[in-house]
Amino acid sequence: MELDAALLSRLQFAFTVSFHIIFPSITIGLATLIAIWEGLWLKTQNPLYLQLAKFWIKPFAITFGMGVVSGIVLSYEFGTNFSEFSRLTGAVIGPLMAYEVLTAFFLEAGFLGIMLFGWQRVGPKLHFFATVVVAIGTWISAFWIIAANSWMHTPAGHIVVDGVFQVESWWQVIFNPSMPYRFSHMLLAAFITATFVVLATSAWQLRHSEHKAMARKGLSMTLWLALVLTPLQAFVGDLHGLNVKQHQPVKLAAMEGIWPERESGAPLLLFAIPDRQAEKNHFEIGIPKLASLILTHDADGELMGLKAVPADERPNVAVVFFSFRLMVGIGLLMILVAVAGAYLRWRGTLYHSRGFLTLCSYLAPSGILAVLAGWYVVEVGRQPWLVQGLVRTIDVVSPLPPERVLLSLTLFVITYSLLFAVYLYFMHKLIKKGPPSLEQLQQQRIGVKAAGYAVALAKQLKPAQE
Amino acid sequence: MELQLGLPLFYFLLLGFAILMYVLLDGFDLGIGILYPWFNSEAEHDHLMRSVSHVWDGNETWLVFGGVILFGAFPAAYASIASLLYLPIMLMLIGLIFRGVAFEYRFKSQRSKIWWNRAFAIGSSSAAFCQGLMLGVLVQGVDSNSLQTSSLQWLTPFSLFTGLAVMAGYALLGCTYLTMKSRGALQQKAARYGQRLLLFVMLAMLLVSLWTLYSQAPIRSRWFGGSYSVLLMLLPLTAVIAARLLFRDLGRVQRQFAAATDINSRHESRPFWLAATLFLLAFAGLVVGLYPYLLPRQLSFYAAAAPDSSLAFMLPGIVIFLPLILAYTLWGYHIFRGKVEDYEEGY
Ligand code: HDD
Ligand code: HEM
Ligand code: HEM
Repeated sequence: MELDAALLSRLQFAFTVSFHIIFPSITIGLATLIAIWEGLWLKTQNPLYLQLAKFWIKPFAITFGMGVVSGIVLSYEFGTNFSEFSRLTGAVIGPLMAYEVLTAFFLEAGFLGIMLFGWQRVGPKLHFFATVVVAIGTWISAFWIIAANSWMHTPAGHIVVDGVFQVESWWQVIFNPSMPYRFSHMLLAAFITATFVVLATSAWQLRHSEHKAMARKGLSMTLWLALVLTPLQAFVGDLHGLNVKQHQPVKLAAMEGIWPERESGAPLLLFAIPDRQAEKNHFEIGIPKLASLILTHDADGELMGLKAVPADERPNVAVVFFSFRLMVGIGLLMILVAVAGAYLRWRGTLYHSRGFLTLCSYLAPSGILAVLAGWYVVEVGRQPWLVQGLVRTIDVVSPLPPERVLLSLTLFVITYSLLFAVYLYFMHKLIKKGPPSLEQLQQQRIGVKAAGYAVALAKQLKPAQE
Repeated sequence: MELQLGLPLFYFLLLGFAILMYVLLDGFDLGIGILYPWFNSEAEHDHLMRSVSHVWDGNETWLVFGGVILFGAFPAAYASIASLLYLPIMLMLIGLIFRGVAFEYRFKSQRSKIWWNRAFAIGSSSAAFCQGLMLGVLVQGVDSNSLQTSSLQWLTPFSLFTGLAVMAGYALLGCTYLTMKSRGALQQKAARYGQRLLLFVMLAMLLVSLWTLYSQAPIRSRWFGGSYSVLLMLLPLTAVIAARLLFRDLGRVQRQFAAATDINSRHESRPFWLAATLFLLAFAGLVVGLYPYLLPRQLSFYAAAAPDSSLAFMLPGIVIFLPLILAYTLWGYHIFRGKVEDYEEGY
């Protein structure tokens, strides 16, 4: 088989970015949750909040570390694998990423040290401040990278001079048409992902560990959060879809599996097998007219189909179609779980419903799966374009010898598979180990409360030991 | 017109600053990783890791910063350099991955500790080596008949040697950092290794300089071609003085310890700054040879510069945030000042 550098570069980018997004999706939400717990602890002095914060800070730390190392790879991959793309659009994308580093990465890194290792070096208020800054840093980071990514979907505010992109209005570049939707949808996605990780763990702890009080608190809080966040996410997602219909109708056609050039009264397909060769679907099961109703607010509304554009301007329909169903399916399941939880709480049996708790603990990876599926819809749906309508992916890959890309891709696959196994192993280990006990926390608090106290004490003890 | 050269020049200097910050900061924590195999007990390893575990992430962020400044301000240079140096960059990134996660996993492991030790040492060493290799390529220049991304131009005896030289330089920085942050036997070890590494680093600097001057006519004429070459001679001269002082301080730390007197804290912390000065001087020498090129004698910084709209857009961000970043970074170091205490708890 002939090796193709372009295909390998795309595979490598898809693989490395998919690996990366797993970790931010967790850290963005978890940093926020930890900040909330620390704040609540400072306010109420209820030690359960401190226990939650102290317990989750360890999984947070390893997740954050994985996010950092896998992110650095990406920031260089634009140049290594898509050099022509970097040359053409560097003046647009580059400055956005520069702002990301200036306003977010340094901030996160600078205060992370204090958040993780500063318990005995700074007072509790300052520590809380550091945690809040880290959390805000992760949101800012998401803001800039989503702005860059959204511009590639709905480019605006630029001019093209000699084939190279220049910016005319930074405001329009940043707040391009799809940016507000993508940013809110992604941020909610991250909160939901972390919420379900904590929810699942709490449900498991409630049945299998001795820290029941903490587990209850965690479960109760995350169920309330889920009840608010998941319907909101469906609502934002719906708006997002309308935005796609307006700006990327071909992608929308792939998401809905619509082939005819124009179709009025299009059904909402629950299942189908799209066939690019035959340009139609097999085994369609759908609800008549519903897609038109949702997307045009008219049961007989007209939607554009894939055949409206030449075959070489259509994305891989099946990937987009199934990924979209997976994401929405998980979204609906999450809403269902949140509502069921509220019902059980109202009945007063929440903490004893074994079936429900078991179901919850299986949902730990659900957020990640939905996030990945969502990104596949977005990114595969944009193909063959890299910048929608302007730059084709295939035209801007680096002219590298294929073996070299194959080598790096192989190394990444090996490295990341290994690391992912390690990550899961340590996550399990940390969760099994459980939080520090309340007595232990009480002891540590002496040091936390009076900065330097524990250090001074230990210093006194040290010569005696030697 | 004035502004047009002004902005690119500003970014050229900024890029230099970012690289220098990266080399100094990540230099010492990569250096700790390179030195790792020369310390054998797990207690020593604990101490080494602990001395940098709260700062490595921030240090590495300077690498990302350098990358995106290159990307945003000089897209054409970012595109050609990154694809030209494809394999060294990829290997460096993989090295950085392994050493980065070692920080998180080593402290939580028991049976697999030895593997994380290896990941940390090998990852740090290979990342440093790749960086030195890339430095060598940039000094040496690339074949002028266009950028052949498919060739292995980056693999030459010269670049292999600069790879080793940078490893030694980072290890030296690591030694001086440890001299500042630790006490007792470990500090002594660091000071002793530091002296030996210093000799090697000076020798390597000399060799690289001669090698470059011999093989690169344009650089030679720049150093010896004008009335200012007397001024340029100040660079190597200062370097020799700094090295001399550094060697003496490291020696004093050992003598004071042997004499069982209190070690003068100035002698403990000054080596780090002297080593940093050496790096600064070497970097200045490099810039003298390369200016104004990003890719030697092919792509100058003004030819590679992004349009003014992009350069001007980043300016307020840099002017406002860079001082802030430096301030809170310093504050972070201040919070964790003093010796590393083994009984301190993490998170
Ligand atoms: C929605 C959020 C999001 C998305 C889509 C991305 N990232 Fe990311 N990234 C983050 C959110 C984030 C974060 C929350 O800020 C991280 C994750 C965990 C962490 O440690 O910081 C991070 C870390 C991180 C780092 C390390 C920062 C450091 O040194 O501290 C780099 C260089 C990147 N990312 C670069 C990228 C690139 C080039 C992306 C796209 C191709 C990308 N990220 C997608
Ligand atoms: C973090 C979540 C993301 C995921 C999971 C993701 C996923 C993907 C996937 C699967 C592809 C391959 C599409 C194909 O070739 O069929 C792709 C392409 C690409 N994406 Fe994303 N993406 C993400 C975010 C981003 C962001 C934030 C940017 C830029 C700012 C970006 C830039 C690109 C580029 C440059 C390509 C080109 C390679 C290609 O088309 O194959 N992506 N992405
Ligand atoms: C339940 C109803 C949901 C709807 C109607 C919905 C809708 C959408 C749509 C239309 C897109 C594609 C936008 C584009 O192609 O540009 C999208 C992308 C995405 N979805 Fe969803 N979604 C839902 C639930 C979820 C859930 C529960 C998550 C994760 C927890 C999630 C995560 C994502 C992500 C990460 C993306 C890609 C980034 C982005 O465009 O924001 N979605 N979603």
